[in-house]
Amino acid sequence: MASTETVRPMRWYDRLGHPGAFLSWSGRLIWPLAGVTVLLFVWGLWLALYGSPEDYQMGATVRIMYIHVPNAWLSQFVYGIMTVAAIGTLVWRHPMADVTMKAAAPLGAVFTLMALFTGSLWGRPTWGTFWEWDGRLTSTLILFFIYLGLIALWAAFDDKLRAARLVAVLTLVGAINIPIIKFSVDWWNTLHQPASVFVAGGPKMPMNILMPLFVMLFAFTFLFLLLQILAMRSEIVTRRIDALQRKMAMEPRA
Amino acid sequence: MTGFAAVVRRDIRLAVAAGGDLMTLLLFFVLVGALMPFAVGPDKVLLGRIAPGIVWIAAVLALLLGLDRLFMSDREDGSLRAFRNADIAMEAIVFAKLVAFWLTVILPLLLAVPIHALLLGMSLETLGRTLLSLLIGTPGLMSLGAIGAAITVGLRRGGLIGPVIILPLAVPILIFGIGAVAPPPAPGADRAALFFLAALSLVLSAIAPFAAGLALRLGED
Repeated sequence: MASTETVRPMRWYDRLGHPGAFLSWSGRLIWPLAGVTVLLFVWGLWLALYGSPEDYQMGATVRIMYIHVPNAWLSQFVYGIMTVAAIGTLVWRHPMADVTMKAAAPLGAVFTLMALFTGSLWGRPTWGTFWEWDGRLTSTLILFFIYLGLIALWAAFDDKLRAARLVAVLTLVGAINIPIIKFSVDWWNTLHQPASVFVAGGPKMPMNILMPLFVMLFAFTFLFLLLQILAMRSEIVTRRIDALQRKMAMEPRA
Repeated sequence: MTGFAAVVRRDIRLAVAAGGDLMTLLLFFVLVGALMPFAVGPDKVLLGRIAPGIVWIAAVLALLLGLDRLFMSDREDGSLRAFRNADIAMEAIVFAKLVAFWLTVILPLLLAVPIHALLLGMSLETLGRTLLSLLIGTPGLMSLGAIGAAITVGLRRGGLIGPVIILPLAVPILIFGIGAVAPPPAPGADRAALFFLAALSLVLSAIAPFAAGLALRLGED
């Protein structure tokens, strides 16, 4: 048994996770990431708008899918990242986990809103209505409310350290609940609306639809990574400014 | 287990002594239901059909708003700090407080449901099913509310934030709670909903003491 008194030597991941080190290595990452994101978007949008066929039933509106699906994917992916960060906050009390959680929440909310918005734009010509209490739309709406609740909770605390731990508890409770919500909404939905509304999709998507979808998925995921890093950097800098201001206020005037 | 029983007894005695809060909450619960005919019109058939939904919404609102104060007074008079140094774990104390809350607040709330039934023209059978679904669903609802209350206890300008963070998470309880009352769209669906509701209540009652206890401990230092 190793004694808890010994100081563990710093590993490579400790150095990566140090806020100061993060600022320096992530700074070098921003422009390459931005370049890759733009390239992926150009390629993906070209494929989506010109390189893919129209749907035989939905016509050109099927192209909304190339924006809608990546946003729907990110709405859940971001919550997954927040859950991992919440565990990091509660178990290791790592400041970077706090920063990750805080930066991800508004991004997740925006991606979820985009998924809802594009979904309703898609629903208008396809289902004939902007809003349908469809299982997927409904659980996405609830996910959106959960994001907003988390953001409101972040804003309600003055003390950042305490806020992070309590938000982490709520994030984990939400993570346990999201599959339950998904299941219950599906159950409720199938009882009240037995007909399947999704016309397109299924596993047999041809390659010329699948390809732009994948490129757009990567484009949006890279966009998220870029925005996440930028938001984390600005959060770290904000905290440093706060700390400096507190220090200056504490110092006796000479 | 004496500490556990002592906390239950203390909370019950406090709730009975300060009966005003409880009466206000009951009145709120009844009023939400009584307002509904003014909103949708006094159509007996329509009211009878949506009555279980109205009662459930009234219960959700009353519970989440009422639970907001669950740990507040304990924090204000310093009991929360004393609880942290108690012989029994914070989790056990939270559970004891929830038992006391169920007995002093939710039980009277359930007894007030017949007033709704009368005002909204619920049939006797629907009343029975509504009471059963509330009986099984309220522990889960209360557990979620307790987590929200524990997370927001330290906020001076908390206000509505507790209910706002918890309401989206309460959707499954509402779905299965109503599903257990409503005339089943498919044979056996109401029984299935009742079992799901019971499962949810059990899971949430098991999680809540730990989540709320953790939040109370993290929020204090």
